[in-house]
Amino acid sequence: MATVTTAAPRIAVPGVLKHPVLRKLMLLALAAAILVPLANARWASGSWPAALTVDFTEPLTKASVWIIDNRDSHPLFLYFFGHISNAVVIAVRAVYLVLLAAGWAGVTAAGALVAWRVAGWRLAAGTGIAFLACGFLGMWIPTMQTLALMVVAVLASVAVGAVLGLAAGLSDRMDRILRPVLDTMQVLPAYAYLLPVVLVFGMGVPAAVLATVVYAAPPMARLTALGLRGADKEVLEAVESLGTTARQRLLTARIPLARKELLLGLNQTIMMALSMAVIASVIGAGGLGDRVYQALGSVDVGAALAAGIPIVLLAVVLDRVTAAAGEALSDEPQPGGRARWLYALVAAVAVAVAGRLAGRLDWPDAWALNIAEPVNRAVDWMTDHLYSGVPVIGGTADWAAHFTTWVLDPVRDTLQWLPWWSVLLIVAALAWLIGTWRTALTAVLAMAAIGVLGVWTPSLDTLSQVLAAVAVTLVLGFATGIAAARSDRVERMLRPVLDVFQTMPQFVYLIPVVALFGVGRAPAVAAAVVYALPAVVRITTQGLRQVDPAALESARSLGATPAQQLRQVQLPLARPALLLAVNQGVVLVLAVVIIGGLVGGGALGYEVVAGLAQGDLATGLVAGAAIVCLGLMLDRVTQPTERRAKKGA
Amino acid sequence: MRLRTTTRTTARRATRTTAVVAGVSSLALLTGCGAADMTKQASPFAGAQGAKTVTLSVQSWVGAQANVAVAQYLLEHKLGYRVDTVQIDEVPAWDALSQGRVDALMEDWGHPEEEQRYVKDKKTIVPGGDLGVTGHIGWYVPTYFVKQHPDVTDWKNLDKYADQMRTAESGGKGQLMDGSPSYVTNDKALVNNLDLDYQVVFAGSEAAQITQIKQFAKEKKPFLTYWYEPQWLFKKVPMTEVKLPEYKEGCDADPEKVACAYPHTPLQKYLNADFAKTGGEAAALLKKFKWTTEDQNEVSLMIAEQKLSPEEAAAKWADSHESTWKAWLS
Repeated sequence: MATVTTAAPRIAVPGVLKHPVLRKLMLLALAAAILVPLANARWASGSWPAALTVDFTEPLTKASVWIIDNRDSHPLFLYFFGHISNAVVIAVRAVYLVLLAAGWAGVTAAGALVAWRVAGWRLAAGTGIAFLACGFLGMWIPTMQTLALMVVAVLASVAVGAVLGLAAGLSDRMDRILRPVLDTMQVLPAYAYLLPVVLVFGMGVPAAVLATVVYAAPPMARLTALGLRGADKEVLEAVESLGTTARQRLLTARIPLARKELLLGLNQTIMMALSMAVIASVIGAGGLGDRVYQALGSVDVGAALAAGIPIVLLAVVLDRVTAAAGEALSDEPQPGGRARWLYALVAAVAVAVAGRLAGRLDWPDAWALNIAEPVNRAVDWMTDHLYSGVPVIGGTADWAAHFTTWVLDPVRDTLQWLPWWSVLLIVAALAWLIGTWRTALTAVLAMAAIGVLGVWTPSLDTLSQVLAAVAVTLVLGFATGIAAARSDRVERMLRPVLDVFQTMPQFVYLIPVVALFGVGRAPAVAAAVVYALPAVVRITTQGLRQVDPAALESARSLGATPAQQLRQVQLPLARPALLLAVNQGVVLVLAVVIIGGLVGGGALGYEVVAGLAQGDLATGLVAGAAIVCLGLMLDRVTQPTERRAKKGA
Repeated sequence: MRLRTTTRTTARRATRTTAVVAGVSSLALLTGCGAADMTKQASPFAGAQGAKTVTLSVQSWVGAQANVAVAQYLLEHKLGYRVDTVQIDEVPAWDALSQGRVDALMEDWGHPEEEQRYVKDKKTIVPGGDLGVTGHIGWYVPTYFVKQHPDVTDWKNLDKYADQMRTAESGGKGQLMDGSPSYVTNDKALVNNLDLDYQVVFAGSEAAQITQIKQFAKEKKPFLTYWYEPQWLFKKVPMTEVKLPEYKEGCDADPEKVACAYPHTPLQKYLNADFAKTGGEAAALLKKFKWTTEDQNEVSLMIAEQKLSPEEAAAKWADSHESTWKAWLS
């Protein structure tokens, strides 16, 4: 594990016992010396002892049967969940109808004009082009469905997130209570709770919106709390001295001061919601995600890409526009700003009406580009020529086979061979070295919970895949990040590529990875690497670039070669950023475990997918919970304590 | 002074109460007062712009896409409906049917538990009749391999070839590739009870499985896979079924003890009960929809191999099979 090397500080302290690392290890060894023989005597088995598991199958199956039997008649559903469900349907429908009534011209104009007002001409042009591209790809209607779903989901997430954030920002106690809740909401793989949500709300849009809220509300909550807590003390005191009430202070000072964080929260929430739009297609949410998913049914990468591109475009446009809005906040308001908003509104309405009168409400069928065919040809060429029999280096299928035999198999077999208590000990040691005894305890409990749930063996299989994927991601990510940090040109060229990788729905690369690497764990690892790489590259680049120029200058003046500068100055100074990259790599890789289940990765990912496909709450939920525990454990093992307090989203 | 404050607070409380009442009542109005009907939960995208709409569920395999494509084409071009399609696996699709989120399920491979619950007990779903296609699951090996080793088609000889079927994933044994978790399968039990030197590897999705089969076929490598008929892929990669111990009624009753082949299943259609009653021409068409395995494969192949859009494929089929679908419209 990559963290081991970075976690142990290389400082020589005289007196062996004074060294904090050694002291912790000694204590742990002492505890182990007492506990291990006891545990071993009672439950001597390599794998998690059966005596220590709890079988949740029966209660969970009972619960799901109860829900299905009572869903149409029980007051809880008729008077509570049913109304929520209906309200969501009505809201989404209302937005959808407005979008349809505006027509493609009206929507494009409105989008571009809003972008113009908050972010300037260049983004306005970009927005317009993005919307038109969605039309040209033949995806206008699905794009509008996704947009309608997104509008409602984002509004709901922002509302929920803001309320939670307000509570956490104003009360320390609420903050302490909410933090683990938000943590869990974020590491919970979306697939795991799709099933319970579907059981309660039924297939389709309401379940999709509510699942999205669970996933997308935490960043809003965190950033709202952060903004409220970070408000300038002096301003607050000044306001207080004016004799204002608590509520006035909140409305006139604290919230306006936190505007930047609030907008950043909105930005993050939109991004998370969009990535959920595709996952939600699995439960029948319709829209673009559904098109991606249906295209995969006929193994048609081209068609999947045609539906994936609008998602990328929407994501990039929304990201840039909301980010620009955040930056514009610090500028002085322009004179006549309100009038310009009015012009923009009038112009948008005028275009919409014109489109209506011209009878061009629906996107004209003739205006379509067929990208599916050339894309499929390219994919076929690639797999024909790369899959096997490439001279000297061998084909991708051979690599995958070697990777499976030489890396994945030994790691998995070692993990599964280790006695269960030794796994707990290793986790405890790693977490304690990088954090406090509390983090160590959380990590150990999370790992133990996996055993109790009765999915010890598959979880270690998943863990081996995650570790392998993280290692590959870090090697590639650090190398690319260093290259990008040293050359502006490389960074500029990388940016759009990273954008695409980060926002392209993971389903799209399901087929290419199988076509290149065959069915199994290797393509699962490949998919995870593709997904996690952009974040690692970005954080690495940023971390290296922020290294104090003075330190670098002095190294240079001492005659250090570029390699020496990198090794001895930049990398050590950028250590916090690199550790964050490790942590993010782990979290993101874990988020794609399910996709791994769809390409033959087996283990927990497969069980979650199977649970959803068979409506089997017990299998799906237990495997999902195990993924959460793995995530929690890995997060604690890779995240130094001091940063957690500052962690934004 | 005191009086004024009181009135003001009362006034404020009153406005607040009104606001709350207004909010609640508008919510109630929006959602149709009182109890929410959980069996009438149409999709928000249905019936937009005043069109008559039908929502069909599509399953992940291409055969199911072919059924829906043709039904959609006829509904849209001959009857003037607008059709929404939603991709869902079979079991969740039963759920969605019961709640009215989708109107029809065109191809069901047999789910006795769901049938009991929704058709017999709750009566929210009604059978829509035979699709006309018979489904069969089995183990298949590529025909090019059978030509070299004709005896591979009997399960008793499979162990002889385990070595050749080995992959990095199968851990020293032969690989039996299974597909999506939504498919009915007894393969793990079968391998176990027939004592075969094989390891079941789940591809996890049909897309992954097809991609892998095509890659194997390109290299003429031997493989053993869970597969089913009707399937368009047979036209691209000819495969031969491996004989398993014969299927007898009830031999697959205990999932742990299964040691026999899979049955032949006449595939069924199901409709939402409400839609079946009030769905008019659309419901009538879907009930009469009945075609042959060849018909389905023809459309599937156009979608999956010639990469026609489902709509184009359906139009092409409809042009050359007018007599078949004319009967569904009357």
